[in-house]
Amino acid sequence: MPNALREFVLVSDMSTRGGDIPQPGDPKFSIAASGKPQNLRRAWFDTFDWRLFHAGLTLELTADRGTTELRLTGRDGELVATELAGSGQGRQLRWPCRIEELPLGPLREHLAPVVGVRALLPVAEATSVLTERRGLNEDDKTIAMLTVDKMTVTGHRSAAIPVRIAVEPLRGYQAQAAKLADSLAQIAGVLPATASSLESALSAADKKPGDYTSKINVELAAEMPAALAVTLVLERLFDTVEANLPGTLGDIDTEFLHDLRVAVRRTRSVLKLAGSVLPADLVNRYRPEFKWLGDLTTPTRDLDVYLIGYPSMTRQLVAATGQELRPFQDYLRRQRALSCRQLARGLRSAKFSALASQWRHDLAKIAQEPAPRPAAGKFAARRIATAHQKVLRRGSVIDANSPPQALHELRKRCKELRYLLEVFASLHDPAEQWRAVRELKALQDCLGEFQDTEVQRAELRAFATQMMADRSAPAETLLAMGEIATTLAGRQQAARREFAGRFAEFASPQGRARISALARGAA
Amino acid sequence: MKVIASYNIKGGVGKTAAAVNLAYLAASDGYRVLIWDLDPQSAASFLFRVRPRVKGGGKALIAGKRPVDEAIKATDFDNLDLLPADFTYRNLDLHLDNQRKPMTRLRNLLAPLRHEYDLVVLDCPPSISLLSESVLHAADLLVVPLIPTTLSVRTLDQLTDFIDGFEGRRPKVLAFFSMIDRRKRLHREIAAELPAGRSDLAVTSIPALSAIERMSVQRAPVAASAPRSQATVYYRELWHEVRARVSLPAPPPPLPPDLP
Repeated sequence: MPNALREFVLVSDMSTRGGDIPQPGDPKFSIAASGKPQNLRRAWFDTFDWRLFHAGLTLELTADRGTTELRLTGRDGELVATELAGSGQGRQLRWPCRIEELPLGPLREHLAPVVGVRALLPVAEATSVLTERRGLNEDDKTIAMLTVDKMTVTGHRSAAIPVRIAVEPLRGYQAQAAKLADSLAQIAGVLPATASSLESALSAADKKPGDYTSKINVELAAEMPAALAVTLVLERLFDTVEANLPGTLGDIDTEFLHDLRVAVRRTRSVLKLAGSVLPADLVNRYRPEFKWLGDLTTPTRDLDVYLIGYPSMTRQLVAATGQELRPFQDYLRRQRALSCRQLARGLRSAKFSALASQWRHDLAKIAQEPAPRPAAGKFAARRIATAHQKVLRRGSVIDANSPPQALHELRKRCKELRYLLEVFASLHDPAEQWRAVRELKALQDCLGEFQDTEVQRAELRAFATQMMADRSAPAETLLAMGEIATTLAGRQQAARREFAGRFAEFASPQGRARISALARGAA
Repeated sequence: MKVIASYNIKGGVGKTAAAVNLAYLAASDGYRVLIWDLDPQSAASFLFRVRPRVKGGGKALIAGKRPVDEAIKATDFDNLDLLPADFTYRNLDLHLDNQRKPMTRLRNLLAPLRHEYDLVVLDCPPSISLLSESVLHAADLLVVPLIPTTLSVRTLDQLTDFIDGFEGRRPKVLAFFSMIDRRKRLHREIAAELPAGRSDLAVTSIPALSAIERMSVQRAPVAASAPRSQATVYYRELWHEVRARVSLPAPPPPLPPDLP
């Protein structure tokens, strides 16, 4: 059966004639008026990192005089789910909106796995004047509804958006409607729509979908000076810090802080592992500064990890009930509110502003006159090889009796290797990079589980002590927390058991060859 | 999903006019409606400007070789779809006779549509046949237009007697006087006398009005082309009686306004 919907745009000189639809050339078809124009307010939403866009989904809110509706559509415009906004839970939605704030229903079910912990933010807003037309056949029978959409983006004095015509076949008339659409397509000035309404609105608002990524997407060349390569990476990392600053301060979702924190940690690693190509005084000056910034973010992130994992914690309770654990959740929330305030104070401080401006300035100076030697490729190869050797050396001496500290140290070395691989990713063959990172990631996940459960158990003890001192924990809550500590200990033991296998895989001749190949390729 | 059938053994009594207008009024009340033009003369299809053609003909439909929903066409009106007539419907009796359970065949064919439509309106050909019997077994309500003559009243009695003989499921019957001409004494007399004591006769009568005749020129239900006409008023009253008789649940509410 032919398509469901065809869309066209009218080139601008036709749009100025009122945006009406020209009559099709095929005499079998005609266009007739139908109904009055309708004004529609529209807004599109996505996460900060464009998760819906990457998943081929579009979330649009439309409001006319009667109703406000949220529609989730797929790549071809097919409806995935819909929800009357404002009707859910008897209140109107506020944006940005986290998934748990959406009313329960198919829309939320479809969005949840894609959106995860990220909030939905408005990415474009517009007003459309919609006029309906009927596409008729020789019997004057309606075979398709045509919608003429004259859209204006809100708050932007930008280039005009071409008038859009959608041809939607009526049931049983797909073939005739396709012929009508073909006939329209032959009219000069009528072009097939290549961009969606959202893409047109974003373009008019000077936005590019998918423009944010927390990845280090810098194009490096093996021959460029390593100093320049490292500087470009550091500049890109600070772009990420700054991009996530408003969302972190506004506490829009926990990923803003996470991405900011990862960018800071990567910056610290780059300064440590690749700082030798930069002026020594610069590295010595900024390493403590970024440690300060990293430490500033730690308490809030730790509490975020707890709160994100809280539902799964309560599900794992066997003896205790979720209700008994509730005072712990309340405690975590109070602590988080306090730590958020401290974080915000730090990020708004003169110290941070000075760091930001001075750092940019100093990096720009290096980028203007980078030391010509060594070349980025050779430098990356050496650094990756060294970091790889360190991981192999430390990992090979770990056995079942090694103290947790030994695994923690190995985890840090793995992170350093991973960061180097990511920083210099553009010098590597993407397929080889993927294979090398895949095994390293599996090892890191295992070590992460071991270390995180270790830290969480210690924190849990500290929380319990503090809650007892505050008298905010009834005995049953402490018992429930004890049960969680037991679960954490079980997970840690499992991670320890898993370690030997993971490391053996990473340290196998094939695993070693993969990293070595990357290092050689970069050079 | 409820099924009503506009049925009479006689032709030219206003079956199609009743079917299309009841279907249109139900759809405009917000019910999701399908009208199936079972008459090979294809008057209902003509009125909705739909070409009377079904791929594979009546044989494929009855045999289940072509799913009913693939043959459905949208009309020009919201909530109202049409399963068109086809000239091969003249042989529906034969095709039904080839089925194992011809009496329940129509009901079984409609069953998959129960989530898609609230109401199915069958516009039946004038006959008494295997098809008519299958219609009687599929319908929840027979809407029977009667021209007020002694013979047509007798036909109604025969029909109700016939249905009373059914075992198990029986359709209700709602007859109404159609094409009443107040200038004719016989029409006036029968219309005045008959309703007494008959629960199967509607209060509403549809007079012979030129607006109804003009439907074939307008090619639309009179309720759509002349919504303020007297004819529309009568059909609306009849629709209210039909809706009550068939116990159709309230239509889906209109979308709620914006909350503050």
